[in-house]
Amino acid sequence: MFHLRCRVNGEPVEVETHPMARLLDVLRQELRLTGTKEGCGEGECGACSVLIDGRLVNSCLVPALQAEGTGITTIEGVADRDRLHAVQQAFILHGGAQCGICTPGMVLAAVTLLEENPRPSVDEIRTALAGNLCRCTGYMRIVEAVLHACGPEQDRG
Amino acid sequence: MPTIGQSVPRREGRAKVTGQARYVDDVALPGLMYGATVRSSVARGILRDVRYDPSIPWSEITVVTARDIPGRNRVALIADDQPWLADDRINHPEEPVVLLAHHDRHLLEEARRKVILDIEPLPPVFTIEDSLARREIVWGDDNIFKSYLVARGDVDAALASGDLVIVEGVYETGAQEQLYIEPNGMLAVASAAEGVSVRGSMQCPYYVHRALMALFDLPAERVRVVQMETGGGFGGKEEYPSIIAGHAALLAWKAGRPVKLMYDRAEDMAATTKRHPSRTRHRTAVTREGVLVAMDVDFVIDGGAYCTLSPVVLSRGTIHAPGPYYCPSVRLRGRAVATNAPPHGAFRGFGAPQSLFALERHMDRVAGAVGLAPDELRRRNFIKTGQPSAVGQVIRDPVDMDALLDRACELSDYHAKRARFAADTGVAGVRQGIGFACFMHGAGFTGSGEDHLASVVAVEARPDGRIAVLTSNTEIGQGTNTIFAQIAADALGLTPEAILVAQPDTAFVPDSGPTVASRTCMVVGRLVEAAAAGLRRMLVKAELLAEHASGDDVRRACIQYISQFGALRSTAQYQPPPGLRWDDRLYQGDAYGTYAWAVYVAEVSVDTATYEVRVDDFVAVQEVGKVINPVLATGQIEGGVAQAIGWALYERVVWREGRMLNAQMTNYIMPTSVDLPPIRVFFEERPYPYGPGGAKGIGELPMDGAAPAIANAVAHALGVDPRVVPLTPEVVMELLECRSSPHGAGGSGS
Repeated sequence: MFHLRCRVNGEPVEVETHPMARLLDVLRQELRLTGTKEGCGEGECGACSVLIDGRLVNSCLVPALQAEGTGITTIEGVADRDRLHAVQQAFILHGGAQCGICTPGMVLAAVTLLEENPRPSVDEIRTALAGNLCRCTGYMRIVEAVLHACGPEQDRG
Repeated sequence: MPTIGQSVPRREGRAKVTGQARYVDDVALPGLMYGATVRSSVARGILRDVRYDPSIPWSEITVVTARDIPGRNRVALIADDQPWLADDRINHPEEPVVLLAHHDRHLLEEARRKVILDIEPLPPVFTIEDSLARREIVWGDDNIFKSYLVARGDVDAALASGDLVIVEGVYETGAQEQLYIEPNGMLAVASAAEGVSVRGSMQCPYYVHRALMALFDLPAERVRVVQMETGGGFGGKEEYPSIIAGHAALLAWKAGRPVKLMYDRAEDMAATTKRHPSRTRHRTAVTREGVLVAMDVDFVIDGGAYCTLSPVVLSRGTIHAPGPYYCPSVRLRGRAVATNAPPHGAFRGFGAPQSLFALERHMDRVAGAVGLAPDELRRRNFIKTGQPSAVGQVIRDPVDMDALLDRACELSDYHAKRARFAADTGVAGVRQGIGFACFMHGAGFTGSGEDHLASVVAVEARPDGRIAVLTSNTEIGQGTNTIFAQIAADALGLTPEAILVAQPDTAFVPDSGPTVASRTCMVVGRLVEAAAAGLRRMLVKAELLAEHASGDDVRRACIQYISQFGALRSTAQYQPPPGLRWDDRLYQGDAYGTYAWAVYVAEVSVDTATYEVRVDDFVAVQEVGKVINPVLATGQIEGGVAQAIGWALYERVVWREGRMLNAQMTNYIMPTSVDLPPIRVFFEERPYPYGPGGAKGIGELPMDGAAPAIANAVAHALGVDPRVVPLTPEVVMELLECRSSPHGAGGSGS
C-alpha cells in the first residue's frame, strides 16, 4: 500500500491506496468525490477530467503515485461555495449541459482554457474541448456557453 | 406570463454543472457487492456444461445461473423469446450465461475469466442475405421476426409501363452504437422478505418493473424501480436496462446483499443493443415530368438473435419509407430478420433513419434520371394536406414542405453553392458539394400503440402549496423535468419554480409510458397539461380560487383545499385526438397523431487524397409545432444532427463472427468538437391542437435527415453514387475508383 498525500480542492488529503490505483478511483471511492465521472476508462472521453497543478488530465490514466504532493481540482472545487464559476453559470443558461455526465469534465476543460486564454475564438474553444466527448449537444450550446462565460459579446475580438 | 416558449433554464442544471447530480455509479451502500456477467463468446451453439476453475475460491463468490431464476426465464417484452440467462441454447456471442458477485472487483474479474463454458457450436448466420436465404434457421420457422406488406394502387402495372421512367436502387446502412457517455448500470436490493428494489440508469421504469415481476414471479407492489440521473439514452436505455436490472436483482436475491452491476465501456458497446443494420430496395416509376406514379419498397432490418423491439422498429421504418411524398401506388414490404448477433434495438429514430436514408438518396437519383434538379423533383411530389399516405393516413394538419424547402435553400445558399461547387474545382485536392434531404417523423407510438399504453399522469398539491408532477417519464438530458414544469406552471397559473417534478419511482408515480418515440413532450406533456388544468378546476369549483387568479392565490388555494378536504390530486389518461383511427390487422389508418416535418441541408468538402469527408455547414429547418423551450429544443436538434453526422461518416461497427471488434471509444469514432460544423437550427412553429401549448414531438426527428443530406452532398462533390453509410474514407475511395473504372456504378440501375 501507499500513503498518498496531496491537496484536493484546497484541502490537505491523506489516503492509503495502491500506488497504481487510478486517481479516478481514489477520488470517487476513497474521497467520495463522485462528480468526476468514468465514461470509458481509456482516456478517450474526458468525463474523468480533473486538474493536477492546473493541468487538465484524464484521471482514469493517472496512477495515485503520480498525484503525490500535487494540488488537484475536481468539479466540486470549481464553484466558490455557493457562487458558481462563470462557466458553470453559462452552461446552465445556454444549454451547455444536457444529460450532465460529460459536464464536470467539460466545465473543467473550459475553465482551464479561459485561464490560459480569456478571449478564445470559436475555433480555439472547439480545439480546447476536443478531448471531452459529448453525445447530447453536438457541442453547439457548449461553445455558446463558453463564449458567454468570457463576458459580453462586444468585448470579443 | 406564460413560460411555454421561454428558455427556462434546465431544472437540474445546477446539480449537473457542480457534479452534485447523482448517477447510479455514484451510490455507495454498506455491504455493497459488485456484479459481473459471463458471456458465451460463441455465436450459436448448445451449452453442454459450465465448469469453474479451482484456482478461484468459489465459495466466497455468489454464482447465479438459469437454474436460480425464481420466475420465468424469458425477458418480458414483445415476443418473450430472450432468456435472462442461457440454459441450453446459445444464440449470439454476448449471450449471458453465468452471473457473479463479490465485494472485491479484482477477484471478481479474475473469477469471470475462470468460468469455462463448454459450448458445442452450431452454424451461425450473420447477414441479412444469409438470413433471408434461410441458410440456417436460427429463429422460429423462417428467421422472420415480423413482416408487413402494405399495398395501394397497381404498382406492378406502373413498373411494367413503357411510358414511365423506372429507377431502381439498393441502399444499406450500418449498425450504430448509442454511445451515451454514462455506461449502463443498476443497483439492486432483493430478498424474498422485502421483494425486489432496483435503481439505475434507464429510460423506461415500467418496462423494467414489468420484466422484474415476471422474472421473480412477484406482484407489482413487491417490485420497485427508481430511475437515477441518467447520462444519456438515445434508445440504448429503452429495453436493455431490464436485463441488467434483472441480473443485478438475481445476484442480490441470492447473495442477500445489495449488488451493483455496472458495465464498462467495452461490455456496454459489445453486449447492449445498437441501431439495426438495414437494406432497402427501391423501384420507382415516375413520369418524364417527374411525377411519382408508383413506389415499390422492400425494407429489411437485421434484428440480431432475439425479437426484442424489432417488430416496432420495423413498423416505424416501413411507414416512414415513402417519406413526405404523395404517390398514388405504393407497395411497402418490411421484414425484420434474425441473425446471430446480439439483438439490435431502439436507437433515436427507430427504423426511420434507415428507410429515410434510402429514400432521400434514391430521390436524388430519380431526379437525375428525369433530368430535374433534386429540389424540383421533390416539389412536384410533396404530400399536401388532404392527401393520403401509403398506409392511408389522410394528412389533416397544415403541411407546407415547399416553404420548408424554400427556407432551407435560402439559409444554406443552396442554389448558388450547387452551381458554384459543380463548376469550380476549388482548392487542389478538395471537392465541395451540397445536398439536402426532406423528411418527416411521426410523434408518439405507432398505430394503436398509445391506446394500448393508456398512459396516466398525476398532479398533486403538497402541503406547502407547491405542485408535484408525477410521471414515469425520465429526464435523460433532453429536458423532461424542465418542460413538464413549464407546462404544469402555465396550466396552473404558477411559475415553474412552484412545480416539483417527481423522480420516476414506480412506488409513487403512475405509468405514463416509456420515454421513447418522441412522445414525452407531445403525448405525456399533454397529459401533464390536462391533469394540471384539472387540478386548477378543482380549486375553482371548491370556490377557493377565482377564475383568472394566479401565483400566490393558487398556492394559498391549494393549502386551503388540503386543509379542508385532505389530498388534492388530479389525474389524466390518454385519449386519442378525435377521429384518429388505426387498424392493426389491415395496417391502415392514422399511423401517428401528427408528424414533424423538416428539410436539412449539408455542405461538405472531400479530400481527394485522404478520402475524408468533412461537413462544413449544416442547416436544419423543421416544423415541430410550438417550441416549448427554445434553448432545450435547439440543443435536441443539434445533438441529433451530430449523432446523425457520426452515423453518416465516422461510426462503423466492425463485426467478426457476430461480435463487435471495435468496442472501444479509441476505434469506434464519434464526432468531437472539432469534427462538427456549425449546426444551424431553425423552427417553423405551427401549433398542433393536441399537444401541450401546441407542441409536437421533437427528439428523434434530427436523426433522420443528416445522413441522406450528406450522402447527396458527397454525390454532388465527387460525381459518385453512394448507397451506404457510414461513408468512411475506405468507402469513398472505392466510390472514386469505381467511377474511374469502365464498369463503375455511375448511373441508374441497382
